[in-house]
Amino acid sequence: MLRDKRQEYLVALLLVGPFVLIYGGLFVWPTIQMAMLSFTKAPLIGSGDWVGWDNYVKILSHKLFHSAFWNTAYFVVLTVIPSTLVSLVIAMAVNRLKGPVQGFVLACFFLPYILPVSVVFLTWNWIIDVQYGLVQGLVALFNGGKPISLTRTIPLFMPTVAFVTVWWTMGFNILLFIAGLRNISPEIYEAAALDSAGRWRQFQRITWPLIWPVTALVLTIQLIAQLKIFDQVYLFSIGGRQDATITLVQYVYKLAFQQNKGGEAATAAMLLFGMIIILSVLQYQVLRARGEK
Amino acid sequence: MSAEAIPNRDTMVSARSRGDGPIDMIGLALTVITLLVALASFFPIYWAVITSIKPDGEVISGSNSLIPNRVVFDSYIHIWNNTNIGIWYINSMVTSLIITALVIVSSAGCAYALSQLDFPGRRVIYVLILACFMVPMQALIVNHFVLMAQFKLLNTWAGIILPQLIVPVVIIVYKQFFDSVPKEFREAAQMDSAGHLKILFRIYLPMNWGVTAALAIITFIGAWNSFLWPFLAATGEATMTVPVGITQVKDAYGIVYGKLMASAVVAGLPVAVLYLIFQKRVTQAIMLSAGVKG
Repeated sequence: MLRDKRQEYLVALLLVGPFVLIYGGLFVWPTIQMAMLSFTKAPLIGSGDWVGWDNYVKILSHKLFHSAFWNTAYFVVLTVIPSTLVSLVIAMAVNRLKGPVQGFVLACFFLPYILPVSVVFLTWNWIIDVQYGLVQGLVALFNGGKPISLTRTIPLFMPTVAFVTVWWTMGFNILLFIAGLRNISPEIYEAAALDSAGRWRQFQRITWPLIWPVTALVLTIQLIAQLKIFDQVYLFSIGGRQDATITLVQYVYKLAFQQNKGGEAATAAMLLFGMIIILSVLQYQVLRARGEK
Repeated sequence: MSAEAIPNRDTMVSARSRGDGPIDMIGLALTVITLLVALASFFPIYWAVITSIKPDGEVISGSNSLIPNRVVFDSYIHIWNNTNIGIWYINSMVTSLIITALVIVSSAGCAYALSQLDFPGRRVIYVLILACFMVPMQALIVNHFVLMAQFKLLNTWAGIILPQLIVPVVIIVYKQFFDSVPKEFREAAQMDSAGHLKILFRIYLPMNWGVTAALAIITFIGAWNSFLWPFLAATGEATMTVPVGITQVKDAYGIVYGKLMASAVVAGLPVAVLYLIFQKRVTQAIMLSAGVKG
């Protein structure tokens, strides 16, 4: 029996070993290193003097950090709520279709989500191209016949990138909503139909309250995902005034890889880290509350 | 596809629509609108593909025809001859496949241990996995870079692969599935004095083959699509992955649009094909990883 136990430990060690190595070396260790680095005045590669909380004081009062924070917040607002609402509407529309038509429609909405960000960027950058882009015909209508660069005109930058992001990522939300809608028993709708409740009333009284847990899930997943935004915003801003549209991860990137300030970059990363942990804990609470209901 | 199946379904639908009376017009209108919006959503992808097979002259002619007047593959030939896209493809393929294999094997092993074995330190592992969900990998880029630089792994496959091995959700999904395998299977196997490794590879994994396929497909798609880390880890033109290479290397000869769209099509093709073949598995995996039962 004792031998059995020991053998079980050995097998467990063998099975858990790779996990421990990977997560220890590439998650725990870099996290500790990041925390340490954030208190030093080190370049990206190499060591530097311990400066205590100086970096934190500096970053928190850095104007570019404030821009990065507000730009990120703006991007979150522009993507999370529209994406959630549009996805819900589309999910309801797809859910009432049947058979191969439903499969086809769902694939149309979902396919963008599967594509790499670079493909999304190149495709849309072509569609909105100032000279030959397809969208410029539409832009001209609103701008007295003149084309505008949607990504070089600063006020239009975030809305444009947010629009592309919603197009790109809503497939994921739609899937979750469809799963949620299928869990609502059709009998409830039949009962409502007997009471001759209209479509809008059915939505108000049945669909919206019953789908709310999924809505909360989608909102929190999107919120955390969009806070970590880098790829699209960076790609669309290449060659433009990047500081004007900088986001938090981009700020970390700039400090570390363009200005060689390892210590300050780690500090900025720690701040981002803190924000996301707070939101993750909130998400956990929201989802647990849903589980207890 | 059997030819007779389609008319059958059509008659069924129209029969039901007739039965519903006046509301039906709204229903029909909704269906038509849904279809149009779906096509609009698909349109950018179509437009990219169409642009890539038009002659350069037609791309910038302003005619914006939805169907190319003449189909040419010049753009594809050009990017093949003038960029390193072949090498990027190999880099992407190799790193994504290795990431997928390592993530699946290490996660299945870890999940089996958590689900079926009793050993000290389980709690620590749980805490680690939970912590991992909360920590944004984007925040770790600086120290991943420092770490990879210390081991001289920048601009290598290993450097691209290692930080991408952290996919905690795969462990969680596996554990849920292993938990639901009836204990009798394991006990019967142990009677035949089969070891745990044998039980894992001969019983637990084969029984959950569908989940493994689903998880492997989305891990591969995720690895193929990842941008930020490969962008930092591979700065040499010969070590880039496809998504990095096609946006970072400017090949500024002549009219670029067709060539850029050709590279976009080539970059998106593997994942789009994977999705179209394994639609069910992909959606299943996404629902599982979001913790929603489909």
